[in-house]
Order: sequence, then structure tokens, then C-alpha cells
Amino acid sequence: MKNNKVIDLKNVNKEYNGVEVLKNINLYVRENEFLTLLGPSGCGKTTTLRIIGGFEQPTSGEVIFEGKNITSIPPYERQINTVFQKYALFPHMDVFDNVAFGLKIKKIHKSVIKEKVTSMLKMINLEGFENRSIDSLSGGQQQRVAIARALVNEPKVLLLDEPLGALDLKLRKEMQIELKNMQKRVGITFIYVTHDQEEALTMSDTIVVLDKGEIQQIGTPVDIYNEPKNAFVAKFIGESNIIDGIMHEDFVVEFAGKTFECVDKGFADDEEIDVVIRPEDLNIVTADEGMLKGIVKSVTFKGVHYEMIVDSGDFQWKVHSTIMKPVNTEIGMSIIPENIHVMKKVRKK
Amino acid sequence: MKLKWISYPYVFWMILFIVIPLMLVLVFSFTTGNLSFTLENFQKFFQPLYLKVLGKSVDLALKSTLACLILGYPIAMIISKESIKKRNAMILLFVLPMWMNFLLRTYAWMTLLGKNGVINFLLTKMGFEPLNLLYNDSAVLMGMIYNFLPFMVLPIYSVLIKIDKSLIEAAEDLGASKLEVFSKVIFPLSLPGVISGITMVFMPALSTFVISRLLGGGQYYLIGNLVEQQFLLAGDWNFGSAISIIMMIFILIAMIITSKFDKDKEGGGLW
Repeated sequence: MKNNKVIDLKNVNKEYNGVEVLKNINLYVRENEFLTLLGPSGCGKTTTLRIIGGFEQPTSGEVIFEGKNITSIPPYERQINTVFQKYALFPHMDVFDNVAFGLKIKKIHKSVIKEKVTSMLKMINLEGFENRSIDSLSGGQQQRVAIARALVNEPKVLLLDEPLGALDLKLRKEMQIELKNMQKRVGITFIYVTHDQEEALTMSDTIVVLDKGEIQQIGTPVDIYNEPKNAFVAKFIGESNIIDGIMHEDFVVEFAGKTFECVDKGFADDEEIDVVIRPEDLNIVTADEGMLKGIVKSVTFKGVHYEMIVDSGDFQWKVHSTIMKPVNTEIGMSIIPENIHVMKKVRKK
Repeated sequence: MKLKWISYPYVFWMILFIVIPLMLVLVFSFTTGNLSFTLENFQKFFQPLYLKVLGKSVDLALKSTLACLILGYPIAMIISKESIKKRNAMILLFVLPMWMNFLLRTYAWMTLLGKNGVINFLLTKMGFEPLNLLYNDSAVLMGMIYNFLPFMVLPIYSVLIKIDKSLIEAAEDLGASKLEVFSKVIFPLSLPGVISGITMVFMPALSTFVISRLLGGGQYYLIGNLVEQQFLLAGDWNFGSAISIIMMIFILIAMIITSKFDKDKEGGGLW
């Protein structure tokens, strides 16, 4: 991956009728990167994408594209193409004309257009579909046409707004892999918007977690999963147990009425913090050996593992384990210090 | 399918008031006064006097349809771009005059355009010569455009507001300027509305007799007046029916031509 910044958002703010939807977004995207904007609905991820695409103007701040300020440049003059949420294919044109739309606008020679469109359709496995109407295609096929229509213009950056949202689970998983492969093959920067954390973890080089118009964390999928910066990220990415705790001193944390060794430092003495523990990081042991004790309240079979809710008196722990303990048995749980994540409390708003 | 009987009253209604009258018109047009078969009624029509009337009617109907399209499309477009609240208010303003009687509205134009009408009164006050505004082609055309414009605006408007905004964004995204977005996306997608608008204006414009009589003066003949005259004054129902059939054929031809432009037969607006 090269390190040149293709897109750089500087102090971008956006208000709609006095309501702040984006607060001081600073973000850069490198060449050939697969970057995902991840967050719950209404977090501002689509607005961020639309600002990059030129469909919205930021209230303040700048959008830099390859070193040039493009904040006030209209969408049709940007070297950026978009795959829209509901594909937005032109219903009055066939597959060929849809894919050729951008090239025809650029007044490229007919034979070149035919060549490019044909090879693009080949890439998305829709050879021979040139004269099919859009209505006759399945969701997955429409989706691929939408991607082809954008990619055929050889944009520097491709924006994708929840492109897999309307597909069923199986097709979505297939398309995730296909999209990732496509991105590697064509070497174009992808900026991808989704609310599906699994999708983000599977496909991205970098994930930007957004909530309430603010960036919560930027990092690789592994970083975001293993080292969530705050309780929101921990909760949003994967499942977590989040419990109140007190950081007595460096490497010593107290929660659930017990003191534990941990690997975090740099907090004030006796600072109130959030402790995040992933359900799969709680190891089931006998009641006597456990650092924590509790009674199994419920067991749900999840395929690869069982999900158990364990009540330790002051907290309900979610535990993922391949070992099943029946309801109402008393068990112990142990945690290794590396799996205790201490986070600053997010000020309650 | 079990509830098929629910449609029976409507079928009965349609047979009684649409199919039977149409059959009667057809029978009248091919018979003489004593019900013997003849083509005389049609032959009678094909003489210069009546053909001229037909030509003038088609000419005026086409002109008013074109004028309504040129005026109506931008209006529909402007309205469709407003917020829902403003949009509804504007459409209401457009439809409001239609709540008044058609005759009344046309009479209103007579008092505006007449020799001693409002416009000429103002002109003479300002020291100009009074103009001959009433009882000519322009007055009839004007009356048609005024009366039929909403029939052009509404179907186009209802198609335009249904166009997915993301299609426009997609076109812009792919490099299309505002003009290209219109010519390649918005206009082609609004064609069903344009076609129903054209039909909705052309049909009444071709068959009108009230506008031409009031604004065109007593001696002013369109095909609608001819039919009216045959039925009410001359009492020649057979000839009147033949003219009606010829007029219907022209409307049919116009509909076939316009529907050729409608690629997907889905249609929109009022069809």
C-alpha cells in the first residue's frame, strides 16, 4: 500500500437546519486503501461519503483530493464515482447503456466504449447481458452492474454506500469477497459505508468508527477489535461485557468487587473507568479456581460456541465457550491480564 | 376471482352508457334516416367545405397541445422541485380554477378580450387604439391553452415527482452536466407523463365546441361545432354521427403515434 493521501478531510462540519450531523471530521484516505466508515444509522457515515462525492457541501472544513481543494467542485467534475445504496441504475436503459453512460458523456469513441464495457461485464461475470433490461436482473446482478458502471470510468476513488444492504446473507458474504478481490485487482481506493461490523472487519484495510457525527476510532480491523478505544467501539464491534471499574494504580484494576492485574497504565489514581471484556475471553473453570464466580442463567447454542449468561451477583456476564455448562450450575471464570481492556469513561451526555 | 360479481354493476353501467351509445353512433353513421345502409354520410364529409373544418380543428388542436407542452413541462418541473408543502399549495392553485364551471371560465375570457372588455378599456385609457382580440384564431387557441394546461401539467408533474433522486445523483456522479442529466435521464423517464399529457390535451382540444363558439364567434367552425350543429340545429343525426366517427379515428391515430414514443408500455400519470 502506498502512503500518498488521495483524500483528506480537514475539520469537516455539517449542519442540517441547525442540527450538527458531523463534528470536526479529520480523516485521510491513502491510495489503494480499502477504508470503511462504520457506525449505527444516523452516525453521519453516509453524509461523510456524500461530502466526498460532492452531493453535499460541508458547513465548514475542506475536502482535499490529491492535494487540491475540491470542496466546492460539483460531483460531475470529480474523479470519484459512487455505487449507490439502491444501485440507482437507469431503468430506461439496458445493461450496456447503463455501464456505458459515463463513457458516452465523455464522448469517447464508440469502439473504445464497446471494448471497455465488454471487458467490464466480463469482469463482473455478466457477459452476454448487454441487452438485458435492468428489471430482468436479480439483486446481485444489479449490484454488479452498478459497480461496473462506476468502475468503467476508472475513477481514482470509488465510494460505496451500503452496497450489499439489500442482498440476502449468503449472497452478501460472496459479494464481500468478490468486492475485496475486485478492489485488489483494479487497485482503486474504496471508501465503503456500512453498519455491519462483520462486513467491515472482513473487507477493510482501515476502519473508521463513527457515532453521533464524531470519529470514535480509526484503525486496522485487528486494532479496532482488540484495542477498542472506548466502550462505544467495544460494544459496536463484536460483543462485550462492559462493567464499571476503578483504576487503583498502573496495572491494577478493580471491578466486580475484586482486584485484577492488567496491562493498562496512565490513568489517574483511583480513576473511575470502563472495563471491557470480550465474551470469548472469559475462560470457564471450576468454581474454586475462578477469579470470578457465578451461576449460569441461560444457555444458547450459537453454532460454533455456546452463549451463556452468568450472574456473578452484581453483573450479568456474557460468556462464549465451546464448553457447555447447564443452567443453575455454579462456575468460575478466569481472565488473562491482556484481555482486560481498561477505557476512559465517555462523559454521559 | 370469487368476488367477480362485484364488477357486474360497473359492467352493466359501461354497457348501458358507453358501449350502447357508441354502437348507436356507429349505426347512425352508416345508415340513412330510414335505417338502410349507406356510405353517403362519409362521402358527404369529404368535400372541401368540411375538410377545411377538419384541417383547422387538427391544426388548432396540435398548436394548443404543443403550446401546453412547452408551457406545462417547465411548470411541472418547477413545482416538482419544491418542498412537499409548497408543491401541494402550487398544485392546488393550478387545480383551483377547474373547480369552477368550464363555461364560466370561458365567459370570463370574453369579458377580458371583448371590444369593450377589460384589456381594451385599459388600452384606450392609455391612449391606444382598441384591438380585435376576440373572435379569431388566437382567442380560440388562447382559450384552449388556458383550459387544458392543467391536463398537461398534472400527468407530467406526477411522473416527475416519482423519479428517484438517486438516479439524478448517479448521472451527475458519472459526469453528466445539468443539461445532460435532463436530456439523458429526466426527460426520457418523464415520457409516460408527457404522452398522457399530450393525449389529455389533444382529445378535448380536437372535439371542443364551446371554446370555439364563445371565443371564436358564431360563424367560427371547428369539427366539434359541426357535430353540435348537425345534432341540434340541422337534425341530421346520421351525418353528425359520421363526423363523430371520423373525429374518433383522428384521436385514435394521435394516440397510436404518441404511444410509439413510449418504449415501455407501463405508462404513468393518468393511463
